[in-house]
Amino acid sequence: MTNKTNARPDDFRDRRKHLEAMSDEELRKYFWQLAERAVAPLIGLAREYTSPSIERSVLLRMGFSSLEAKALVEKVIAHNLMGKGAGHVVYRLSRLEEIDIRTAGLKLLNDVGWERVKESFGVRSC
Amino acid sequence: MLDKSGKLDIKKILENLENYVPKRRGWVWREKAGDYEAGGYHYSDVSKPLEKGVPLPAAKYFGNINPEPIQTITTEIASGRFEDDIRRMRMAAWHGADHIMVIRTAGQSHFDGLIEGTPQGTGGIPITRKQVRAQRKALDFIEDEVGRPINYHSYVSGIAGPEIAVMFAEEGVNGAHQDPQYNVLYRNINMFRSFVDAAESKKIMAWAGMLQIDGAHNANATALVAWKVMPELLVQHAINCAFSLACGMKRELIALSTVPPAAPPAPDLKINLPYAVALRDFFADFKIRAQMNTKYISSSPREATVTHVLNLLISKLTSADIQSTITPDEGRNVPWHMYNIEACDTAKQALLGLDGLKELVEVRKDGYMKEKVRELKERAVLFLEEMLEAGGYFSAVEAGFFIDSGIYPERSGDGISRKITGGIGAGTVYKRDADYLAPVTAHFGYNNVAQYDKKLISNPAALIGGSTFEDRSKIQYIDELDAEDNVEQRLAENEKYRATTLIKPEAEWLADGTVVVDFTLPAAIREAEAAAREIGRKMNLSDVEVIHREILHDAEATRIQIKGRGEFAVDLSALKIPPAPEVLSDEEIRAFVREHPLKVVAATVGEDEHSVGLREIIDIKHGGIEKYGVACEYLGTSVPVEKLVDAAIELDADAILMSTIISHNDIHYKNMKKLSDYAVEKGIRDRVIIIAGGTQVTPELAAEQGVDAGFGRGAKGEHVATFLVKRKRELLKL
Repeated sequence: MTNKTNARPDDFRDRRKHLEAMSDEELRKYFWQLAERAVAPLIGLAREYTSPSIERSVLLRMGFSSLEAKALVEKVIAHNLMGKGAGHVVYRLSRLEEIDIRTAGLKLLNDVGWERVKESFGVRSC
Repeated sequence: MLDKSGKLDIKKILENLENYVPKRRGWVWREKAGDYEAGGYHYSDVSKPLEKGVPLPAAKYFGNINPEPIQTITTEIASGRFEDDIRRMRMAAWHGADHIMVIRTAGQSHFDGLIEGTPQGTGGIPITRKQVRAQRKALDFIEDEVGRPINYHSYVSGIAGPEIAVMFAEEGVNGAHQDPQYNVLYRNINMFRSFVDAAESKKIMAWAGMLQIDGAHNANATALVAWKVMPELLVQHAINCAFSLACGMKRELIALSTVPPAAPPAPDLKINLPYAVALRDFFADFKIRAQMNTKYISSSPREATVTHVLNLLISKLTSADIQSTITPDEGRNVPWHMYNIEACDTAKQALLGLDGLKELVEVRKDGYMKEKVRELKERAVLFLEEMLEAGGYFSAVEAGFFIDSGIYPERSGDGISRKITGGIGAGTVYKRDADYLAPVTAHFGYNNVAQYDKKLISNPAALIGGSTFEDRSKIQYIDELDAEDNVEQRLAENEKYRATTLIKPEAEWLADGTVVVDFTLPAAIREAEAAAREIGRKMNLSDVEVIHREILHDAEATRIQIKGRGEFAVDLSALKIPPAPEVLSDEEIRAFVREHPLKVVAATVGEDEHSVGLREIIDIKHGGIEKYGVACEYLGTSVPVEKLVDAAIELDADAILMSTIISHNDIHYKNMKKLSDYAVEKGIRDRVIIIAGGTQVTPELAAEQGVDAGFGRGAKGEHVATFLVKRKRELLKL
């Protein structure tokens, strides 16, 4: 997409006046301060949010195949449990039923155990 | 891993792959060679040499030395078939590549999850666990073969970044491109999703010690006028670097992907050098991956190579930790084997040629350079200021700040604009609840481990007895998902070219049959092109395409290159291949010469000033016959044949060495006959050995002229010495 209304001439000579007095080192430091300011809110979002790919990557690390991880995360989304973490859902069932992680995940893939997990999280069925 | 002919055996690589464990994790730099000398030359900036490799073509004049530059050399492989990629990796490693970048198939960025199996790709391979594992396994073998670690690299991008990062960490992939801005600007992936995913990917890459390369260089290839995005590129690099540091990556494993944006006929260095200096000033602590220009590449591999050599000059004048190579055929097709190799050789040749450059010249820090460098930096700072004023990165992208063809703060209004709420994967990020948990290693961001065990806050994977990063037996390996589109099917199709002595020409895949024919037609360009296709058909080539055309003169001539497929094969077992010339051992030759001192007279004959070949045959420092103790009287160039014979008589020589390069009108053969006849006339022919050599000499034809032996292209001192000893034995009836 383009936005022709954005066009403007090169006003570098005017715009740069406040930078003129800075030494090269001061300019470099200022550049990095600005970059860090630009990045800080993005890092904040990344800390607080998750995504299907992140959750699938967690399940891979927990010992599930890519196919299993994909199906599990779809179910976690459908059960409105992404805020808990897909790995957490599996971990929670494994604790509740005192079974190993893979067994818990495969049960959930077979649509078994969801109600128990949701109840333990205090999440209502949708 | 090898078959009986010494080729990589793809079936052996695939054998027991499900249990293969990569040798190591993490990035490896080349080892500096210190005070390095080869062939009598002293080098300043080289790394430890390879145990096996192919030297540059001209190395034959330098005793076949093969020094290796200090920079990591990258080759990008994109055949679309991982089994053919592997063969090319081995070729490239022998030519000095130690960073093998495997390009992904078109469309993988938008694939929501991991791809499995071995399907064929387009312009690259689908990156799957099986293919990655097979390629890493092959590289583990190849790096042992060449005696240097090889870094394997691909892409952590698209909407499955974190999963790919996990798979790469598990499979020993050593480097990857990762830059959320690439997703946003070029793949139209939602920006929120892209940055959230990127943090997880980067944390995983940091755990695995992978080197990260950013995606900023793509702006050069995309922008209407590549060099005008220079200020913005500094900004893009800074955003990815700052974001990566915040995700836990180490500075020394963060590399900037930078390309000299301009190319001739623009004044290349005047634009590219200040930019390279500004970049290195601002990013002094990070690594520099110098890419070559792709934006202004045409179908001429020669032209591309010149541009790339200028790029290498900039790498050498400033600094580059990794020198990427672009194949000179990229302007006309997906890279072919031979051009990967040419590109590696171009980098090696130029970097060795420029060895020690900074001891010789200095980049100026005043005048034009000072002014331009400062200007670029200030423009970048102004860009960041306005981005923050506009509400930050997301708002700036939405407002079309990026990839505008004006040089910031100038704007043409043609930048790429993406909606914060739009793009692929929009609306797919989820806020983590207070009790959110991910019980694994290398997870980024909020993770409430304490709700289960406060002692495990720094080791969440302990909750599950270790993740795959601690215990790889937990990895679930998938072999194939598609019964039709897989490596076994492809191997079955070309089995006869692996299992028999049949061979076919190839450009990218085994037995693809591709050939290139290069010729000049005395016609204008359009006629020449049409005629060329017809010529290809008359040569029985199928799928004939003109891949390059160059005007030699508007009316007089056009140079044309066509490619086509030859549907024929050659059976090696049916060929009569003359045996390789016999070579006596150095000791045997020396022992003979000690007992029977040999004296030769040598010269280039006729009107021929080309003495390099002859000197190589004679000179001790090139491994010539002097090293065996043969006394050589070099008479010079353009010597009349009579003078050679007279000198042989006067010095009582055992042999005459005549060298002749010029072959117009068969003058080289005529001179051989003349020399032999004159020796007969002078009565010495029966006791003097006459040897003729030159690049256009065919041994059989030389013998027909009456000389004892002819030596053509590729002959060395040892061949001539061997012949001298054997012939002398005959004359002495030993």
